[in-house]
Parts: sequence; C-alpha cells; structure tokens
Amino acid sequence: MMGDLTFDSSRALEGGFADVPVHSAHAFRAAMECMARPGRIEDLAGGQGPEPLSVAASVLLLTLCDPETPVHLAGDHDAGPVRDWITFHTGAPLVGPEEAMFALGTWAALQPVDRFAIGTPEYPDRAATLIVETDRLEAEGAVLTGPGIRDQAALSLPEVAAFQANARLFPLGFDAFFTSGARVAALPRTTKVR
Amino acid sequence: MDGQDQAYNFAYLDEQTKRMIRRAILKGLAVPGYQVPFASREMPMPYGWGTGGVQVSAAVMVPEDRFKVIDQGADDTTNAVSIRKFFEKTAGVAVTERTGEATVIQTRHRIPEEELGEGQVLVYQVPIPEPLRFLEPSEVETRKMHALEEYGLMHVKLYEDIARHGAISTAYAYPVKVEGRYVMDPSPIPKFDNPKMEMAAVQLFGAGREQRIYALPPYTKVVSLDFEDHPFDPSKADHPCDLCGAEDSYLDEVIVDDAGGRMFVCSDTDYCGTRQANGHRGALAAEDAA
Amino acid sequence: MYVAVKGGERAIDNAHAWLAEERRGDREVSELSVAQIREQLALAVNRVMAEGSMYDPDLAALAIKQSRGDLIEAIFLIRAYRTTLPRFGYSEPVDTGAMACDRRISATFKDAPGGQVLGPTFDYTHRLLDFALAAEGLEPPEAVMAEPLPPEVPHVTEFLDREGLIQVEEVPEDDTPRDLTREPLELPAGRPLRLQALTRGDEGFVLGMAYSTQRGYGRNHPFVGELRIGTVPVEVDLPELGFAVEVGEVVLTECETVNQFVGSKTEPAQFTRGYGLVFGQTERKAISMALVDRALRWEELGEDNVGAPAQDEEFVLYHSDNIQATGFLEHIKLPHYVDFQSELELIRKLRREAGTSSSAVTGVLAREAAE
Repeated sequence: MMGDLTFDSSRALEGGFADVPVHSAHAFRAAMECMARPGRIEDLAGGQGPEPLSVAASVLLLTLCDPETPVHLAGDHDAGPVRDWITFHTGAPLVGPEEAMFALGTWAALQPVDRFAIGTPEYPDRAATLIVETDRLEAEGAVLTGPGIRDQAALSLPEVAAFQANARLFPLGFDAFFTSGARVAALPRTTKVR
Repeated sequence: MDGQDQAYNFAYLDEQTKRMIRRAILKGLAVPGYQVPFASREMPMPYGWGTGGVQVSAAVMVPEDRFKVIDQGADDTTNAVSIRKFFEKTAGVAVTERTGEATVIQTRHRIPEEELGEGQVLVYQVPIPEPLRFLEPSEVETRKMHALEEYGLMHVKLYEDIARHGAISTAYAYPVKVEGRYVMDPSPIPKFDNPKMEMAAVQLFGAGREQRIYALPPYTKVVSLDFEDHPFDPSKADHPCDLCGAEDSYLDEVIVDDAGGRMFVCSDTDYCGTRQANGHRGALAAEDAA
Repeated sequence: MYVAVKGGERAIDNAHAWLAEERRGDREVSELSVAQIREQLALAVNRVMAEGSMYDPDLAALAIKQSRGDLIEAIFLIRAYRTTLPRFGYSEPVDTGAMACDRRISATFKDAPGGQVLGPTFDYTHRLLDFALAAEGLEPPEAVMAEPLPPEVPHVTEFLDREGLIQVEEVPEDDTPRDLTREPLELPAGRPLRLQALTRGDEGFVLGMAYSTQRGYGRNHPFVGELRIGTVPVEVDLPELGFAVEVGEVVLTECETVNQFVGSKTEPAQFTRGYGLVFGQTERKAISMALVDRALRWEELGEDNVGAPAQDEEFVLYHSDNIQATGFLEHIKLPHYVDFQSELELIRKLRREAGTSSSAVTGVLAREAAE
C-alpha cells in the first residue's frame, strides 16, 4: 500500500479517531441507539474522511469496518482519496455491490438497491448495511412504525416505496443508516414506512 | 476511566473483536429474536458463567457508563460481584446497585422489578440460546426450522405438557414469539418476568459458548407462547415479601430453620432494599431495621 | 430474623487467598520453577500448548504452575491470554516433509527411506514405578545419539501415492481455510475446520471418539502409516519484503493413517487417509485425531453413515472443546435459585390441581361404572 504512488498520504492519514477505544465506543453506542430506535437522530464525532464523506459516515466506517467487512463505494464516494482513506484507516476491501457488507453513497448513487445482499433464510444477518449520505436529516416526513418505536416516529427519507418493498422482505432485507454532516439515523428492515 | 488497568485495552477486548460483536448487535436489532452467529472469544471467566453477556457489555460500554450486574436478581451474589469487578478493572467504569441509576445492566436469570427506561441497556447472559434445542439437538435442523418458521415441534411439546400435567410445565426460559416471527429463548428468567420484555430499554442477549447474539429493540412485540384455552400465566409465589411487604415482586423462598420454617423475600435486592429504606415492612422484618 | 446473604466480595477475596496458599503447598518444600515444569513436565506443557492453541512453552509451564497441575485449567489460562493478543498475520503452511525428526515410525512398512527411529518414547518401557527417581539428584545415563536423520525424510504415504494405491488429497490452491478461533462455527464445517477443532480438542474426548471407531462404531481399519515428531520452521510472508522469513520453529507431531476400504459407490478400491497434526510431542492425540478425521470423512468417501458418534460432525465438533465443556458443566455450581423457585411454584401448583382433578376423574369413573 505504501509503495502505491497514487496514494495521497497527507489526506489519507488524517481524520482517524484520536482515541480509538473511546471514540469508537461512543460512536457505536449512538449508532446502536439509532438502529434500536428507528428515526432517532444522534450526533457522531471524532473522525473526518476526505470529501464527499460526511463526519457521520466517516465515523460509522471507522467504528464498524475492518479487513473483515467488504465495502462498496457508489457514485462520487468512489473517489481516490476516499478509497485511500478507508484502506488506510480500516483495511476494508473495496468491492462491487453484490459482495458488500457495507455500501456507501447518496441514495441516487446506490440505485438500484436490489443489488445488495438481503441475507438468506438461514442467515438473515448476512445482509448489507447501507450508509446513505443525505443533504438533510430531520425527524419529519415519512411515518415510521415497528420495533423500537413506541407509537410512531418520523424521518426525512429519500423515498418511501423502496423501504416499503424492503420491509416486505422481512426477515430478509438490507438495513440503512442515513448520514448528514454529524447527524445519523437508521432504518432497519423491520420498520414499516408510510 | 481513572481506575482502568492500563495493561488491557478499554473493556478488555481488542478493537477488532469489539467491531465484530458490534456488527452482530446491529444485525440482531435489525432482525429481532434471530440469533446472530458471532466469533465468541475465550474470556478470562469460564464459558457458562456469563462470557456472552460480558462480551456484549464490553462492546456497548462507554467510559461514562454506570454499570450494574445482577445474578438471580441480586447484586451481591458471587458471580455478579466477579463480573462487576472485571469491568471496574478493565474499563474503569462506575458501578452501581441502583437499577434506576444504571445505564448498562448485565443480568443472569432476572429482569429488575423497577421499570427500565430509554437510555438503559439490559444485557442478558444466555446459556442455551436455541429455544428448540431440547426438542431437536441438531443445530443444522433447528436453523432450518427458524428459516421455514416451522415451530410445530414447540407447540406439540407445550400441548403434551397440558395433556400430561394439565398445564404448561415450563417455569423459566419460557419461549416467546418476537414480532410474530422468531421463537426466542428469553434466557432462564422466571416466566413471571416475560411480560416485562416489552420495555423502553434496549435488550441484548449474549451466548458466548454457543456463539450467538440476539436482541430486542425497545417496544418490540414479545408474546409468550400459549393456547387459547390455556393462556400464559406469569404466576409467582402467592405471598408478599416478608422483608419489604411487596406484593408485586418475584420472591425467593428461604429456609430459615431446621424445622423447615421458611420465608419469602424479593429476589431483586435493590428493589427490596429501596422499599425498606422508604419505610415499607414485611411480616418478618426486624422492627428496628432502617 | 433473616439476613440476606451478603459479603460475596469478601468471600471471593478470602477464597483467592486460600487458593494461593494451597497452590504453594508446604513451604518446607522448595518451590517449583517455571523452567523446571517446562523441562521436566514437558508432555504436560505440550498438551497445554496444543489444546490452548498457543505455542509458548514458558507460558504453558507458567499456566501449569498457576493451575496447580490442573491441565484443563492451564489450557483455559492460555486460551484467555490468547484472546488479548493482536493478530498480525498468518504463517505459510508448515512443511512437515522438511521436519527435523526426533521420532519417525511406520507400522505399514518394515523399513522405508529414512528408517524407523524410535526416539524418546514410552512405548517399550515396562511400566514399573522407578523408585530410583524418588531419590533425587541421580543423573540419568547419557543417551547414545545415532546419526541425525537426513534433513528431508519422505512421507511413507508417498510410496503408496506413487502407485495410486491411496486416495489423492486434493489441496485447494487458493482456498485459505477459515479460522475457527476468529469466526463462528458453521455447519457443515468442512475438513479444514474439523481438523482445527480436533487439534485443539480435548485429548480425552478425541481419544474416546477414536477408540469407539476401533471398537466398531464407524470402524475404518486404521494402520499408522507414519508417525513423526520433530521440529519444523515457521515462516511468515512479509509483503514489504516480497518473500517469507523464518520467525521461529515449533515441535509438531504428525500422524497419517492408512485406512482400508473396498469399493464404495464413488471411489475405486484404494486406501484412504486420516490425518492428525498437533503441537508438541503429543502422539496419543495425533493418532486419535487421525482416526476421528477419517471417520468424519464418510460422506466425502461415499461411505454409509452408520450412525456412529464419531461420524457425526456436529456431535464431535460441538463437544470436543474442553474449555467450553468444563465451563458449562461447572456453571451448574452457580446459584440457580430463581429458576428453581419457579419450578417449585409450578410443581406445587400442578400437584394442587392434580389433587382436585384426580378426584373428579374418580367421580366420572364411578358414574360410568354405575351406568
């Protein structure tokens, strides 16, 4: 890796966690609360990859990815500096959409989402987690119900139909984080969207 | 974090192991009641003594947490003491016996009496995560049954209980169905605790030896299996606590003399102690107890 | 008045102090050093390394000292320590053909290139207590060393291989086996995972399984084609250098069994193989492993599953690990009074209800008899 002349070390080496065990523990706890309570918005901090990576997406990658997790980069996120940064900080192999455990990009760039793993009946956990970068993330818009939600919640989703279709696959289906700046929210396959 | 032993990484596990466990927790939350395989590590306490719960606690813990450990509902049972000390040493976290003050609670065999809220995480130690295991010993077969949602065997077992005993003869680790899909083992909690599982806190289940993690997001629908003519009955000893007088708590029966004399006391020591501190008295409480 | 059981913390501290005292034993007797254990209880050290899945004789000896000679407890200490070690990489496969052998025997050929070398074996000792050992300070007679074996001793099974008389082992070129200690066990496991589980499995369990095949539960007629014990170099590929460098050496015991079988549905008549490879001089374990490996290969070789325990991959793999087994077995010492209480309530309730309903049943029967 270090011998690769295209490797831009000045940008790739920066933006990792200063205190890995503590930063990743805080980040995971926030991400877990999001996945456990669909629609909840949390702030993430401690990491910043190169453009167009948001802080929240950077922190999720640092917290969850390593050489055991193939990552797919879609659209503008599939850029040299982003690839170098992910390789340096996580060691995650970069792959096509079908093999990805994590897929990162804007909602438009991630289309069509039926390329991503949805698990198998024996192993529904072997499904991709999408990290969807969005311009805005607010507790308004689509109405969410299901596990983790007492009555109902709301989240500014990029669309509704795809998540309705995904929920119908339960217990199969992908799961998604949405990131915007430092903000993160999640939508597991169990959530019913309208 | 001042108290943390610097010879170990925060919360003992290395970061790659924690990431692996954290990914399993997220998938567990996304598929409630489904047992996610994870590469459980050998911990410095024996398998069967809470290694799954310890690994899950280590993966969710932050330095600011207040950690509580109970075994059989009690904070001062030896294994609870041992696990609490482990995290004081390796994570430097604050510990508490107060249910309401705890942010992460690791438990063996009980759900606290005090209602848990948002911002709390309840981590269960699980010995045998597979609810169908005693009906079908093969993992290959039980995995197929879950995939096909084929739970007839469980219903036959419960029905045979009724035919033989007139009631379902499972008193703890009473199976539940989660969100109408997966049959799940709630760990060996008494069935009295089953209705509490629809709660505001996040519930995580760790089975170290069997290499499984599963989860219940807050407010997830958890139904104890039963039949229309034999509805689920979360009964307990028909008796108030002899120390604090509580009528709504799960009780341990304690033999107090050679003649077989006995008393009933809350299994949840924090609940009982708090009630007594607030002036509640049971039939056998000392008059001067404060 | 009832006082709740308190003081768990103090009880634990006191128990630990007592344990430390017992471990030391009579202080009039001089303390064992780790080096003494490493050198003089080497076979115990080897077992701890093999089942602990960590090659470090000094730490294994320390674990034996700390565990008061309870080898499963020592293996547990090594396993727990192993958890905390970062994984830097994987070595190249070791070449047992290049083993510097201390011992090398074959039961299938009277002689073979490289010769039969007994090495330091108990095999032909008379098992008579040697009271001379009780008198300390006597130096044993010096062993006469023959010429060392040539650096490359061919595997005996290669001679069968050349004639096509033994099944060819397919070695997948680029298929790196999964790591049992880093991934959850998934079934069907495949042979690489089975071998990993067996090599760290409990010696007694693997021995018992192997013995059961000899007695007819999945019998497969094994001969020890070759047993060799010796030292092999361990090499690690360093991408920065572009080649592998030797990082150390380990002592291994390797056993290849030659098993007969005649005309199955899918294979021509030829010998088949079982394989065992274990850290250290651990010959009973390596032979046992080879027998169980062979028994587990029934499906691949087109044999019938006769329902023998040693043919059941799930049974063998889920029950071979002594750290899992002993932990779960011993956890029933932990308090279970909540579970027990719930059963107590239920059984009282059932008895109460049975008491009433049995009289009702009697009533029905009496009425039927009257009609």
